[in-house]
Amino acid sequence: MGEALHEITLTVNGVLREAKVPGRRLLSDCLRRELGLTGTHVGCEHGVCGCCTVLLDGAPVRSCLTFAVSVDGHEITTVEGLSGPDGSLSPVQRAFSECHALQCGFCTPGFLCSATALLRDNPSPTDDEVVEGISGNLGRCTGYQNIVKAVHRAAELMGDEA
Amino acid sequence: MKPSAFDYHAPRSLGETLEILAGAGPHGKVLAGGQSLIPLLNMRLAAPSHLVDINRVAALDTVSVEEGGVRVGALARHAAVERSSSVARAQPLLRAALKLVAHPVIRNRGTVVGSLVHADPSAELPAVLTVLDGSVRLARHAGPVREVPAAAFFTGPLESAVEPGELAVSAFFPSLPPRTGSAFCEVARRHGDYAMAGAAAVVSLDEDLRIASARVACVSVGPVPVLLDVSEVCAHRPAASVDWAAVARDVRDRIDPEGDIHATAAYRRHLTGVLAERALRIAAQEAADERAEETSHG
Repeated sequence: MGEALHEITLTVNGVLREAKVPGRRLLSDCLRRELGLTGTHVGCEHGVCGCCTVLLDGAPVRSCLTFAVSVDGHEITTVEGLSGPDGSLSPVQRAFSECHALQCGFCTPGFLCSATALLRDNPSPTDDEVVEGISGNLGRCTGYQNIVKAVHRAAELMGDEA
Repeated sequence: MKPSAFDYHAPRSLGETLEILAGAGPHGKVLAGGQSLIPLLNMRLAAPSHLVDINRVAALDTVSVEEGGVRVGALARHAAVERSSSVARAQPLLRAALKLVAHPVIRNRGTVVGSLVHADPSAELPAVLTVLDGSVRLARHAGPVREVPAAAFFTGPLESAVEPGELAVSAFFPSLPPRTGSAFCEVARRHGDYAMAGAAAVVSLDEDLRIASARVACVSVGPVPVLLDVSEVCAHRPAASVDWAAVARDVRDRIDPEGDIHATAAYRRHLTGVLAERALRIAAQEAADERAEETSHG
């Protein structure tokens, strides 16, 4: 007998998506496998690296520490949903590009989601608040200096647009 | 790393949850925030055959300031408790400790009661419940509700008094009495990591601002949070004339930490002495400040 499947409906990046998943399917795997959204990266799969961070009803969470079936009916925003409908980059994405806040890009989706939520809650964070806000995300290519700069730059860009 | 297969249950009420847990017995595991459980499942260090997901039981998503303290329901996230200003007024040690629990992203999903039931002796919240003499309320299907005091709740590393078929429905964190202060100090290799050592302190002063009682709960130095009453060493003096070196020595003498790759036993013992003294002094100062405020308003 096969494993029981659960029918779930998620609103992912504003679009209603349906999937059939076993209870043990992690949200990270559901996004990548069932829904084909491979922007969400899977690093450590035990909540340390932060690469799989997505927004659940607006709040950043680890998609590798969440079962897809648990969030049936909820809203998810992945890195694919941060840009505008025409593909234009969000202020956070533009700032990461401008400040060279990424190199290989593996950790970037997680940083973008964490930073987006941080700036929504706190539009002009101090250095300490930025560091605390991204403390749950690891990056290995380079230091965090440019990432911190990018979050400040994103705050400026968002301020200009407001 | 993927979890092994389990039967997934999604009850919508407390009664339904308890019925399922009763049926699952020792093979059932409760899923709330999952920030400790899902890593264990992913690494297959835990493989329950029934997972009971309480995320749809809205009645458990509660944080209330009651007579004498704060009651936190099983589904209240760390972030919700940390952000609540009424909780911070009723029991400031909760917010102080929650800021040290992992990272903000983890706290968005993790729950306070889940941290208690997980019963990691390196974690902050078990020490907070212990130093405050709090309690955890356990319910079971067709059985009595048990209110288990912190001293009996933590039974070993990652072991609590929750029995098969039981659900921890809420935890109660008593408020501090008047002229009492609290503090939490820890040292971790990186902010957000489990602490190598740490101490939650509560200090009460008498009318003359002398220390009437002083307690610390120490983390990462035993199988459960280690509660030490150091009132006698404080010798009923005002904080400024307490022999704090003797207090730190007393703490060091009464703990028996183990070493691991992060810290030797000797270093952990040293750190605990320093952190206990620091937390006690901050708590004593806070108690004195509160007393001053009381006088100026009175």
